Formats: sequence, structure tokens, C-alpha cells
Amino acid sequence: MAANAVSASTKQLVDEYFESSSGVDFHMDAGFNWMAGGPQGSGVDTAANILGKACAIGGLHVYGRREYHSNIKGMHSYFHLRVSEKEISANVDEVDLLAAFDAETVVRHVTEVVQEGGIIVDSRQLNTRILEIPSLPLEFKSNFSQFMEKNEIGETLQDLLNYAGRKGIHVFPVAYTDLLYQVADSLNLEKTAKLNRMINVVTVGLSFGILGYEINTVKKALVSIFSEKSKLIDMNVRALEIAYSYAQMNFRTFPFPLKIEKSAQEERVLLSGNQAVAIGKVLGGCRVQTYYPITPAADESEFIEAHEILETKESGLNAGVVVVQTEDEIAAVNMASGAALTGVRAATSTSGPGFSLMVEGLSWAGMNEVPLVITYYQRGAPSTGLPTRHGQDDLRFAIHGGHGEFPRIVLASGDISECFYDAVNAFNYAEMFQLPVIHLIDKALANSFQTLKVFDTKQIRINRGSVVSEEMLSKGSYKRFAFNETGVSPRAYLGMKGGVHWYTGDEHNELGHISEEPLNRTLMMEKRMKKLNTVLKEIPSSEKINYFGKAGAENIIVSWGSPKGAIVEAVGELIKEGFNIGFLQVRLVHPLPVNEIVEIMGNAKHVIDIEMNYSGQLGGIIREKTGILHDYEIVKFNGRPMTVTEVYDAVKFVLVGKAPKRQVLTHGA
Amino acid sequence: MALKWQDYKTDVFVDWCPGCGNHAILAAVQVALSELGLEPHQVVFVSGIGCSGKLPHFVKAYGVHTLHGRTLPFAQGIKISNPDLEVIAVGGDGDGLGIGVGHFVNAGRRNIDMVYMIHDNGVYGLTKGQASPTLKFGLKVKSIPRENINEGINPIMIALSSGYTFVARGYAFHTKHLKDLIKQAVEHKGLAFLDILQPCPTYNDVNTKDWYEGIDRKDPDTGISKPRIYRLEETGYDPVVRNEDEKFVKIVAAMEKAREWGDRIPIGIFYKNELAPTFQDRIGQRIPFYLKNPPAKQRICDENGVPITDINLFIKEVKAE
Ligand SMILES: Cc1ncc(C[n+]2csc(CCOP(=O)(O)OP(=O)(O)O)c2C)c(N)n1
Ligand code: SF4
Repeated sequence: MAANAVSASTKQLVDEYFESSSGVDFHMDAGFNWMAGGPQGSGVDTAANILGKACAIGGLHVYGRREYHSNIKGMHSYFHLRVSEKEISANVDEVDLLAAFDAETVVRHVTEVVQEGGIIVDSRQLNTRILEIPSLPLEFKSNFSQFMEKNEIGETLQDLLNYAGRKGIHVFPVAYTDLLYQVADSLNLEKTAKLNRMINVVTVGLSFGILGYEINTVKKALVSIFSEKSKLIDMNVRALEIAYSYAQMNFRTFPFPLKIEKSAQEERVLLSGNQAVAIGKVLGGCRVQTYYPITPAADESEFIEAHEILETKESGLNAGVVVVQTEDEIAAVNMASGAALTGVRAATSTSGPGFSLMVEGLSWAGMNEVPLVITYYQRGAPSTGLPTRHGQDDLRFAIHGGHGEFPRIVLASGDISECFYDAVNAFNYAEMFQLPVIHLIDKALANSFQTLKVFDTKQIRINRGSVVSEEMLSKGSYKRFAFNETGVSPRAYLGMKGGVHWYTGDEHNELGHISEEPLNRTLMMEKRMKKLNTVLKEIPSSEKINYFGKAGAENIIVSWGSPKGAIVEAVGELIKEGFNIGFLQVRLVHPLPVNEIVEIMGNAKHVIDIEMNYSGQLGGIIREKTGILHDYEIVKFNGRPMTVTEVYDAVKFVLVGKAPKRQVLTHGA
Repeated sequence: MALKWQDYKTDVFVDWCPGCGNHAILAAVQVALSELGLEPHQVVFVSGIGCSGKLPHFVKAYGVHTLHGRTLPFAQGIKISNPDLEVIAVGGDGDGLGIGVGHFVNAGRRNIDMVYMIHDNGVYGLTKGQASPTLKFGLKVKSIPRENINEGINPIMIALSSGYTFVARGYAFHTKHLKDLIKQAVEHKGLAFLDILQPCPTYNDVNTKDWYEGIDRKDPDTGISKPRIYRLEETGYDPVVRNEDEKFVKIVAAMEKAREWGDRIPIGIFYKNELAPTFQDRIGQRIPFYLKNPPAKQRICDENGVPITDINLFIKEVKAE
């Protein structure tokens, strides 16, 4: 298994990719892994939601990841759902049960299915000739044909499944349309192509039937997912029942039964990173949110807009969030800045291309000490790059984007739970230090969903920073940018009586008027920049970093953002195996908490940098700020997130002294 | 206590060129504010970048001098958050119709209750006289090496077709008339656009004060010049939309007037429609308490910083059961 984690030539990578992943044995508690795939628009998402919810209702923990092309209908998309008794926030490489809506799904994922795993497939598609599937990209076909040749696989889907059978995989062929016709018959519906929309529910029924999971729980999940479109409920419940009992009658040989976990006591939520940020923002007091549509950021704004009217704990007082879809990202960032000047907590959300348009406005906010929050959902690659895929390419851009020098804060959440708490922190920091805060997230957090203990909101405090009152203003002339010790001057909001002041993107004096005087420039620049020290002093360590593992470990992994889930789990496993290893997650990536980092990494024997970008950006920044070099680098930039399996393998490779300095991870379809 | 125009002056040195139309516009602004009786803290001037963009520094009221072309997004963000503020956006024609034209058009779609005035001098003043989007085709002004190769655009027409509900043109040196237009723009319920012809003596040596005032067209007999500028209201032109059916007719009439240029240049109100819902009205439809308790006025936590927003509705929706 370790083989697929080694940096290697493209040719080697291709071989490993198709060779290594099938039939692996579990080296850790990977839970149960279900995957559904089909053309975009065929209901993969709904299937996953029902499955996830059914497992969550049954007291199990789930983590689900969505993969799709930048396409509305027709291209391959899939969902990987991991189910476990423990809380989890990452996927593994393996797939135990693959529910294929179409032939392409089998072709793309057959190598991920484990020995003893299963594939649910539409028996009417068995004659499909693999290399003639039109939506398969040319690069894939040429790689896959090599694989087929090497393993003496014939030309059709049936041939491929025969190969899978030889590898110990159970194949469950079902004529989906026959089951759908049964549904139609039992409800006196017409037998039209429309029925195909229920293939997703059929595969859910088949999956749970095969797994022997309690059907009422699944029904409950289905009803809750469909609740608003109740016209469809009857049909779908029937489809579920028919598929479930078909599977129960025909397939009972599957070795991975799934059981309801009765012990779950705590209240749990099942939500995506987009939703976690949205809820955090609203709780944190966001009242104006601007955005221009972009994947994967837009879901957040839409979720907020759907709940624009809020309830407050103070009776008679109503609150609401004004969500504005602007004409572009330039308008979005500047509208939010304008809003923030009035004393409202204002934010915008975007991803890379949108942030590119925002950097001029970000510089203005920096120059004018505006408490502006930008939620930055990274995706892979430059330009439109990999618009629906994963990547952590933009750390440097978030830290350096803009012209001139100005203080800012960049926070990076590592999991969905942190997305929530950091959304609140982002506003607090923005107002406490009067500067723009960039909250860095990525697609792996945005679109994945997971079960979590319900948020602990009791600990949350809102800190509005230093604000002058109208009473204070009445006493004399107010200076918005007054020089002082911390660099944070008391703020008056636009419209306050007696507080008239000015803002300008030009260098300015304490009143806010343009000034190019050298002494003023020096003092004003120092005033602004010294905030970074104030930030490092005032933010508690627990909000700057997380450390997992034994204090003073010999081997320290350092990383940031979404790889956290995979790393924490892999490290836990390695510690159990007796390795001396710890993991430092950097949450405040700018200004860099140098003291905390040096304390943890300063004496490590080996430092391993793990990131989802080509160049190991955080590793470079740490080197720049602390002089600490990392000894090993494990990176991934194929647009797919890191899995526990590959992180485990790659790190173990290092620990046993066999790894090259740089490993490039490649798993993922 | 009534305020005088001097009460809206700051100590900042006004660094525009001598003879620049901007001086007259500033005066019109200050007089308008005093006559409207607005206190300095109730008004926010938001500007872009250019000579004209410096105006807020010269006015004692809240001033937000923003980025080149981005005046309108900032201004709208302010007004949406705190509708009690009187928001007046100002900028150059390059600012608003070159780099910022997307915002210019899209602001019209929202009809936010505020004012946008463009100092229209046909050139990019602060970058030393390049052709701006309103400079007519074929003109050669002082600092451009060749004749203008682009067509000049008509801001009045763009405003009319984008949804602005008050569209007017003023002329810097008809200062009293301009002051009245500013007052009406402020009082208008909806998004008011004011195109202000602003002679730039330093770089635009074609559309000069003399040219607007027709010094080159003196009657040989009487010696009286024939001004190009004339006032719409003096011709009996009626810009007001009084019922929904009239809207289109009035827009067409305004477009027709907007085409006049050269020998006859109309100033005054081209179009005025207070029947269209403002953005505030529209938000108020969705968030009923919006006007009474707009975003900037909402409390978000108690004295101890405990958030007062109830997120149970959200949590219910994402409950695992
Ligand atoms: C993004 C950006 N591009 C270019 C400039 C340079 N710039 C400064 S002022 C100006 C033009 C100003 O012309 P106009 O808006 O017509 O105003 P005026 O100076 O004539 O009043 C330009 C292009 C800038 N400040 N920002
Ligand atoms: S360059 Fe033109 S617009 Fe600018 S201040 Fe001078 S005269 Fe006025």
C-alpha cells in the first residue's frame, strides 16, 4: 500500500495508482466506507444525504466528501461516505461498498474497492464497452487501457467485474429499471424515464439491504431529506422499500454489516463547512454579507440568506442579515468595507479568482484599519484551475495579496468544527485589532459534511474592541487614527454625533486626511504595523495552534487547514504503534505564532511538513520566520484531499527511515 | 441653530488648480448642505480617485475617500447598513464611467436611496489629462497626443437605462442652479444621478467654460454670446413620472433630450420617478423591521459579550436526528 505514496515518475505513478489500491488490508479502524457515483445531476448528493443522515440518526458518526466536475449535468460525480463509531473528519482510500448509478462509476472506482468489498451495479449496463464511454476523459482512457491490457481484462463492464470478482470483490448486479417498474406498478404510476430519478434512492435501499441496517431509520432519514417536496415522498419511500427487500432476499453474503450505535447520547449535528461558517458568522453578529457567486463559497451566503431573519434572546428586538449579491467581487469586498465603517459586522466570501479581484479593496481596508472579514474558500490551481476540487495553494496569496505593507490576520480552520468557532473569532479579531481578517478554508471543509457534537456556544464571547461613545465625542475633537501604544485607536462609527472623521486610501494623518509628510508616514506606518505584535500578544495560544501527541516528540508533523483530520488520525495510529511523533497544526497562519512554533519544533529531530500544495508553503514560511527547516515534505496537489491511509503510509515511510525528502501523494479519482 | 455653508468647511488646503470647476461644485455642495439643514455627522461623502475624489476632505462631514472606480460599492454598503445616513457619492467621469462603469450600471438596478454625482470634465485630471469615457470622438484635448479614437459615452442615457430614478445634469458655473439640483437629488426618494459638467482648465481646452458659455458664438451685431448651456425647466420640459404608465414615455423623452450636445446642451432634471421601490423598501419587504432596526443599529451581544442571536433555528435544521 505504501507504494502509492512515493514520489515517482509519471509512469510509475500510473502503475501504482491502478495497482496498489485494490485489495488492501486494513491497518487501522477505517470504519465503513460507502461510495455512490453517477453522472452529475443524477442525485448522488441526495443519496449521500440520506445515507449520512440514516447513519447519524442511528448514532453513528459520518464524514462525507463530495467530488464533482465543473459541470451541471452529465459528468462523473461521486460521494465518499465514511461511517464510524468515533468522530472522524477525513476519508480513507478504501471503499467497502460502491453503489454505481452508471458504468463509468465502476470503471473509475473499481480499484478502490477492497477485497471482500462489494459493487452494486446496473445489470443492464454490463455489456457497456468501457473504452467507448463518452464521458471518460482521454487521459483516463489511455491509462485505463494499459491497466486492462496488463490484467487481461476484456472490453466490457462485465469483464471488469469478472476481474473484480477474481480479486475477491462481491458483485451485486441489479436491473434498476425492473425495481423502478415495480415501484410504478405498486403506485399506479406511468413507466416513464422520469422514474430514473429514483436510481439514487434505489441504490440507497440496496446498500442498506445488503448491510442489514434497520430500514425504519433509513425511512426517517429519507423523509427528513425530502420533507419539503412531500409529493415525492411516497414514491421514494416505496423505491427504498422495494430495493431494500430485493437486496435482503438476494444478497446476504456481505461481510460488513452496519449496526445502529445505541450508545450515542450527546446531541449531534450533521453539517458542512459552508454551513458551519454561516452559523458561526451569524452567531458572531454578522449583519451584512456580500458575495459574488463562486464555488465553493456561494453556498455559505445562500444558506445565510435563506435564514435572513433572526431571532434574538432579547424580546421585541428582531435582527436580520442583509445578504447582497453584488455585480462582482470588487463590489463585494468594498461594499462590505463600507458597511463595516458604520459599525456593523460585515463580511464577504469568495475563493481564489474572486480574492484576486478583492486585493485592491483589501489593501484599502488595511490602510484604513477596517474590521473586514473575508472568508476565503480555496480550491486547487491558478486561474479557474480546478474549480470544484481541492487544494491549499493560496496560503501565500492570502498572506501577501495586496500592495504596500499593512497588517492583517489570516486564520486557517482545520475541520468543520473549527470553521464554526473561527468564524466567530474572525469578527472578534477584526474588531479588537481593527484590521482585515481572512478566514482560510478549502473545498474539503466547505462541501464535506460530518457529524459533530452540537456547538458549545456558552463559551463564546463577542468582543467589539475599542469604540468611543457619543458622550466621549462630545468632549472634544476626535482623531480616528490617533497614535497610541497598541496601534489600535478607539473607533467611532460613521454617523456618530461629534465624531466626524475621514478615511482615505492615501497615507493620512490622525484625522484621516491625506498626508505625505515623512514623519507622519513613519509614525502612521508604525502605528498600523505594531498591531501585529498586539495580535500575537492578545490571542491565546489555544487559538493560534493545536498540538496532538506527546510533548517533546522526536518527530513533528507540521500542517494547516483541512489535512488536519487525516493527520490526527494517522498520527494517533502511529503513536499506538509506538512511534514517537506529534502533530503541530497552525491555526493562526499570519502573523505567525513564532514563539509557540519554536517551542514545539525547535528541538525535534525530524520535522515533516504536510500540505496540499506543490511547494510546501507553510514550511517555507516557518523557515523564513524561524529558521527551522523541515526535513521531509509530504505534498499533494492532484485536486483530491488527503486521506488517512496515504498520510499514514507516507509518514510511516519517513519514520522507518525509507522515505525520500519529498513525497507526492496521488490517491483519488 | 441654522448652519452656514462655512460650517461645512475643513482646514484642509483645497489643492485644485485655480479656475477649476471643482471649486464651484464644492461651494454648491456646502451651500446645499446648509440649506438642507443637515448636520455634519448625518452626512457621508464617499468618493473615488481623481481630482474630484478629494472633495470629501474639503467638506466637514464624514468623508470616505475610496478606490478608483469603487465609490458606489462603498457608498451602497454604508447606506444599506445605516439608512439613516445621508450618503452622497462623488467622483470623476473616468472613475465612474471608465473603471467603475459596472458599478454605475448595477447600482441603478438597486435604486438605493442616495446620491451619485460625477464631475464630468472629459479628461482624467489627476493622471494628467488622458481622454475620459465622456470625451467625444475625434476631439483633441491638450495633453493627448492624437485625436480621441474612442466614441464618447452618454452618462445620462446609461443612467436612464440602468434604473436610476432621478437623472439630472448640472453645470459647475451655474452654481446656484447646481446647488438646487443637489438639494433635489438629496431629497429624492431613490437613487439620484447628477452629471456635473466641470470645466478642467488645465487639460480640457475644448470643453472650456468659455465654450459652454458660448463666448465663441458672439452675435456680431450685439456682441452677446450665445451660451450652449440651457435649462430644461425653462423650456417647459416635465421630467416627473406621476403614474406607472408614464414611466416609459418619460424615459424616451429624457433620452431624446440627452442626445442634445454641441450647440445646445441641456441642464436640469431629465427624469424623476419616485414610484419605484427603493432598495430599502425592497429589503424592508423581506426583513420587516429593517428600517427601524437596520444592521448598524442592531445589538449583537449583551454587556458581557454573550451573543444574543438565537441560532437554534439553524441548529434544528442541521440536527443529526
Ligand atoms: C486602479 C487604479 N488605476 C489607476 C489609477 C490612477 N488614477 C488616478 S486618478 C485617475 C483618473 C481620474 O480621472 P477622473 O476619474 O475623470 O477624475 P478627475 O481627476 O478628472 O476628477 C487614474 C486613472 C488608480 N488610482 N487606481
Ligand atoms: S487638473 Fe483639471 S480637474 Fe484637476 S484640479 Fe486641475 S483643473 Fe481641476
